Amino acid sequence: MSTFRYARFGAALLASAPLAAHAAAEPPPTPAELQQLRDELRALKSDYEARLHALEERLEHAESSRQAVAEAAPAPAVATASAPSGAAFNPKISLILDGGYADYSRSHREPDVAGFLLGDETDPRPSGLSLGETELAVEANVDQSFHAWTTLSVAPEGGIGVEEAYINTLDLPDGFSVKFGRFFSDIGYQNHQHAHAWEFVDAPLVYRAMLGTQLGDDGVQLRWLAPTDTFFEVGTELLRGASFPAGGDGRNGIKAITGFAHLGGDAGLDGSWRLGLSHLRADANRRPTGDEDEPALTFDGKSDLTILDGVYKWAPNGNATVRNAVLQGEYFFRHEHGELVADPDGSADLSRYRGDQQGFYVQGVYQFMPRWRVGLRYDRLFADNDVANAVPDSALDRLADDGHDPQRWSLMTDFSNSEFSRFRLQLSRDVSRPNHIEDDQVFLQYILSLGPHPAHQF
Amino acid sequence: MKKLIATLLLGAAALTSVPASAALRVFACEPEWGALAKTLGGDDVGVYVATSALQDVHQIQPKPSLIAQWRQADLAVCTGAELEIGWLPALAEKGNNPKVAPGAPGYFEASRSVQMLEVPTRLDRSDGDVHPQGNPHIQTDPRNIAKVARALTDKLVEVDAAHADGYRARYDAFAKSWATAVQGWETRAAPLRGVAVVSAHKSWAYLYAWLGIREVAALESKPGIPPSGAHLQEVLDTLKTQPAKMVVYAAYQDRRPVEWMTGRAGIASAQLPFSPGGADGTDELTGLFDVTITRLLDALAGKSS
Repeated sequence: MSTFRYARFGAALLASAPLAAHAAAEPPPTPAELQQLRDELRALKSDYEARLHALEERLEHAESSRQAVAEAAPAPAVATASAPSGAAFNPKISLILDGGYADYSRSHREPDVAGFLLGDETDPRPSGLSLGETELAVEANVDQSFHAWTTLSVAPEGGIGVEEAYINTLDLPDGFSVKFGRFFSDIGYQNHQHAHAWEFVDAPLVYRAMLGTQLGDDGVQLRWLAPTDTFFEVGTELLRGASFPAGGDGRNGIKAITGFAHLGGDAGLDGSWRLGLSHLRADANRRPTGDEDEPALTFDGKSDLTILDGVYKWAPNGNATVRNAVLQGEYFFRHEHGELVADPDGSADLSRYRGDQQGFYVQGVYQFMPRWRVGLRYDRLFADNDVANAVPDSALDRLADDGHDPQRWSLMTDFSNSEFSRFRLQLSRDVSRPNHIEDDQVFLQYILSLGPHPAHQF
Repeated sequence: MKKLIATLLLGAAALTSVPASAALRVFACEPEWGALAKTLGGDDVGVYVATSALQDVHQIQPKPSLIAQWRQADLAVCTGAELEIGWLPALAEKGNNPKVAPGAPGYFEASRSVQMLEVPTRLDRSDGDVHPQGNPHIQTDPRNIAKVARALTDKLVEVDAAHADGYRARYDAFAKSWATAVQGWETRAAPLRGVAVVSAHKSWAYLYAWLGIREVAALESKPGIPPSGAHLQEVLDTLKTQPAKMVVYAAYQDRRPVEWMTGRAGIASAQLPFSPGGADGTDELTGLFDVTITRLLDALAGKSS
């Protein structure tokens, strides 16, 4: 026995002590008194039994009615589930998955274009299997006056970039609208389209060479749409100038400005068209060219780009479901002048530079049966550059190499399992690099979109 | 460059000074609402119809001509229920017209006036291009047209109160003649009750519910997914155990899978207009249902269209 049990035994003795003392003081009860006590106990017992029984009945009743409520409950639960709730205000969220396979007949250690200085992020897709950019798009009306759109792109190696984050007005009068934040510029035709909406795996050469694949920047856009049956709109954008061909230091003030005008309409029942004229003036201040980490050169100067674009879409009776075709082309004219610094860290090794560059692409895409399309694209660039001190085998030398005109042919076919998934094969012969290097390229690409129905743009 | 912008702005300003016509400008997303707006609006409205019965209204491009018309509209009349989700948001964003922006008084959705059918119990893209709010092809039941007509009259009166009497008078005349017409169609269509059919796309839920037609299969395995050879074969096998009288398809839909099926199953096909303009003599709403019922009865008698 433990000490603990002794203690308990002792406590019990102490507790019972007064009772024992009391019993010892009283005289023993008579048989009559005993009988009376027994009767009282019996009465008490039956009384409690009755009460217990009543309680048991009430409990049982409560339980059965609760069960009945539980059985009846699912119907209202379903009804409330579809009722508007906080979740109904969630913005539209969509996720774009992109990836594939690339094979090049020539190594791409120096993916230059003869006669042009490239911006960063203009490298072709890595060879072999690879993931492209994963895009997360979120959009919603903010209130009765504003709509917001954000596209975050996640690079395959990690790291999130803000591709677009803009707010546009909904209720300005007289056909005006304002957009502000970061957005793809409305210059050209393909520029405002997200990469997953392109008809080919890669951007046209003019976009790669003169706009660093796509012009997106921080700023404000003002656009006005005419109240006419023929579509006519004009707009201008005031930009920070952080993106190629602007860029570099001292981004105070407005360092890039654009203007654009679009005209469009129908051509009979089967066709529709749009023509565009746009201009970009960009101010660069020691802007690195090529690789961001190891810039070959920096550029100080001005870049003026004019774009003429046109698109024609055809479908029998305007019904694109079975067969349709899209023909598009853009012509770029650029004039640049300024100074190039070949050795930014060392002695100021300045080269005066004036460049007149042009280029175009034309492409046609034909859907010959539901889900299947084929497309052909031709790209061409011309340069006429005047570069002082073009040291052989340097980036300056590649810029001065304006004798041959970079060009490329691309052939593609794609299959769309639904509006939400597309698989593409593209073959290209690329002769855009210095020394007339011919590169035969093969691409396989998938583009899948999750979430709400994508809104197409013309 | 600045000179160019200035010139363009000046030219544009000159264009805007063209006087707008007095009539209420209606932008109708689909031909049925265009026809209804013309019936109820008469000379008080000018109607632009954005799409035709020969187009798949799920897949419209927000093309420049539509943006230009949206910009000038006083009232947009659309089906809603996400039928136009692939192109209307782009029109609203590019069209710069707060009068008809979704949610504004000048934006009217027909589907809000009717009881929706085929509302999905689960939303998953593996079920195809499903519409969360139910089947949006409400115009195939003339009783829905009557309900939309009443709501649209209220809307016309709201946005153009000056011509309220005209809208109400035309509605009263329309409602009376429409009720008689519906009775006529129901009498003619009596032999179609209980008839089993195959549909190309799930476009006809309201028509079938109205006339008591039974859909045993669809040529599309999932809504919006073009029919594959394997699925057509499955449908053909289904027809061996559950025979159908005809294949029903819309004027804009691909004929090839329909011909494949009618050829092998030995049944007729009925090409229905689906919307005004989908067949000769269907420019008016009454013609739409006259032709629909004639073609269904023809197919029942073995005559394909």
